[in-house]
Amino acid sequence: MSNKPQCDNHAFQKSRRKVLKGLAVGVGVLALPAPNASASVWEAFFQKNFRELDRNELQKVLARLESEYSKEYGKQVTVKATLPIEGVKYGYGLDLSRCIGCRRCVYACVEENNQSREPQIHWIRVLRLDKEKGVALEYAEHYYNPAEVPEEGHFYMPVQCQQCENPPCTKVCPVQATWQENDGIVVVDYNWCIGCRYCMAACPYGARHFNWSKSKLPKEEMNPETHYLGNRPRPTGVVEKCTFCIQRTREQPGRYPACQEICPVGARKFGNLLDPKGEMRYLIENKRVFILKEDLNTQPKFFYFYAT
Amino acid sequence: MKNIWNFFKGTLVLTARGSTAYYCWVASLLILMVVGALTYVVQLTDGLIVTNMRDQVSWGFYISNFTFLVGVAAAAVLLVIPAYVYNWKPIKEIALLGELLAVSAIVMCLLFVTVDIGRPDRFWHLIPFVGILNFPQSLLAWDVAVLNTYLVLNLTIAVYYLYNLYYQREPNKKFMTPLLLFSIPAAISIHTVTAFLYNGLGARPFWNASILAPRFLASAFCSGPAFMILVFLLIRRYTRFQIKDEAIQKIAELIAYAMFINLFLLGSEIFKEYYTGTIHLAPMQYLLQGLHGHSALVPWIWTAMLFNFSAFMIFLIPDTRRNNTTLVLGCVLIFIGVYIEKGMGLVIPGFVPDVLHEIYEYVPTGMEMSLAIGIWATGLFVFTMLLRVAIPIMNGDFHVAKDGVGFHIGDNLFFLRKADRDRLVTDSEGEPTGKPGKKAKT
Repeated sequence: MSNKPQCDNHAFQKSRRKVLKGLAVGVGVLALPAPNASASVWEAFFQKNFRELDRNELQKVLARLESEYSKEYGKQVTVKATLPIEGVKYGYGLDLSRCIGCRRCVYACVEENNQSREPQIHWIRVLRLDKEKGVALEYAEHYYNPAEVPEEGHFYMPVQCQQCENPPCTKVCPVQATWQENDGIVVVDYNWCIGCRYCMAACPYGARHFNWSKSKLPKEEMNPETHYLGNRPRPTGVVEKCTFCIQRTREQPGRYPACQEICPVGARKFGNLLDPKGEMRYLIENKRVFILKEDLNTQPKFFYFYAT
Repeated sequence: MKNIWNFFKGTLVLTARGSTAYYCWVASLLILMVVGALTYVVQLTDGLIVTNMRDQVSWGFYISNFTFLVGVAAAAVLLVIPAYVYNWKPIKEIALLGELLAVSAIVMCLLFVTVDIGRPDRFWHLIPFVGILNFPQSLLAWDVAVLNTYLVLNLTIAVYYLYNLYYQREPNKKFMTPLLLFSIPAAISIHTVTAFLYNGLGARPFWNASILAPRFLASAFCSGPAFMILVFLLIRRYTRFQIKDEAIQKIAELIAYAMFINLFLLGSEIFKEYYTGTIHLAPMQYLLQGLHGHSALVPWIWTAMLFNFSAFMIFLIPDTRRNNTTLVLGCVLIFIGVYIEKGMGLVIPGFVPDVLHEIYEYVPTGMEMSLAIGIWATGLFVFTMLLRVAIPIMNGDFHVAKDGVGFHIGDNLFFLRKADRDRLVTDSEGEPTGKPGKKAKT
């Protein structure tokens, strides 16, 4: 500064500014990777959006993630990026007349998809409704906890991502970190999401969940068969959601989603909507079917029905 | 380039000088900023779990403050319109101060959004061409665009104007006027876009009402100008800058109109929801009466209503509008009233009850408040620094020295009661008390 003499009596002012500057830089640095961070941290930092990766880049990313997860969870973890199958559009059917509200699907999902155990993240929420009032969400009980289910006078309605054909959540994302794949599954790139949670405000089904803190996933419980867009471990501060078990359903031969497989009463159906002879088409054409919040024009591919 | 550097150096020296009151004010702001910054460090380490936001209420105190402050920023236009569209001189002299408030408010807005996002390290994903800005699909992308445009616009206008005054040149009207005129639609756009951000969500009936954007604008034209009046009264009293009564009166009158529209729109919404009585009434009930025994917002919203209505009466009746005490009271009531109504009162009922009708009652944690206070302190610090430079320049107390290189500071004190100023200036500095503040040329 040119006016040193005048400034000297305010020396403390200058040092104060310095402290403040240091603090500002400190905060900035804390949000970014440390300067001595390993190369993989920087690679992760500069990683492109999943849909912009070419074949080589994708392979590198998958390899990096596999080695990271394998190290962290002490077992061989695979991260696939299996593409949608041509001519397939997944649909889900849920038989309200069968569901007994046991919540086995909730916990099978948690185990399959590596959700955080503390705080708990559940992709499926089972609502207890009154038989008298029907499907009236305003009378739903979310935290029913009787010794035995089903309870007299009640029926149960599991809600999870409805995999909308016209998803309000992907539209609002400011960075295109979430989108609908060709097989109809709505996915999130956990390495691109900035965590603004606009999609959570937009979702009419409460299907999106945020990693409010570092997810706690015990090593021995970690499912090592993962998909990049599905059940691989999620970082703090990003949004996650049901993917119809993309890591299972896209394989050939494929497997049913974990929630479908576990259901003890066969209330859950899953299949290809484009297959005219498939189970999904049969129940849509022959049963009493409804979709949740039809008036919002989200066009869910999750169909509730009454088989009996 | 050299001139710009000299100007910048001058402003640094200038901001380091001031009365004891100025030092105390700035020091307390800095302390609060440090506390806020430390809180943010904790939040970055532990994650947003330190807040009370959860999946059910996924936006809280931060976004509420953001929404309110967008309104404050947009309100600068209420000074620009009479000044530059109607060429009304008393406000033209002070319109610049409104723009400085807009700059400070936008800085706070950007900070509130930054602390709310889960991955601030990925902010670069929002930068077009470097990352992917989902424009024009996402309203949040629109908001990023208009907020930054508005910030740059106001900063350009203010700095260009002050820089020229400092070098005792006439600012080029051909450059200034288009920018000023452009700032009017820009101000309206930041608030409209922010309203649309909520408005466009079919999942949230409380926000999905077409009246939302007009209501946003009406309440913005109350809160921002009310704050401006308070600042004007302080400036007039404690600095050498003169502000005409008629300018303040005109603003108060405009606030009364805006508040009337705001109350009317609010009434319309309440009527529609209660009379039709569909299940979409639930969030409104939660806000105004409480729902199933949950009523955290009820006392707040009724306080806000009471404040807004009283302030409306104060500003409507000429006698109370002209009386300084009631004027100040009205401004404070409006600022608090709109802060509640347009902050938590708008954001939280969007989430309560949530889309599956669960009720999660949200109350911000101490961490959230401490961080928010830090951001408010930062905004006030920015505003103070801007005023510290702008007011002496507009007074003619801070300009380039005769040699064309150094600077002349005619007012070392800045913020002081007039009586104390006269005494101190003659005692300690031996300078002439100075002529009554020279008006800025516009």
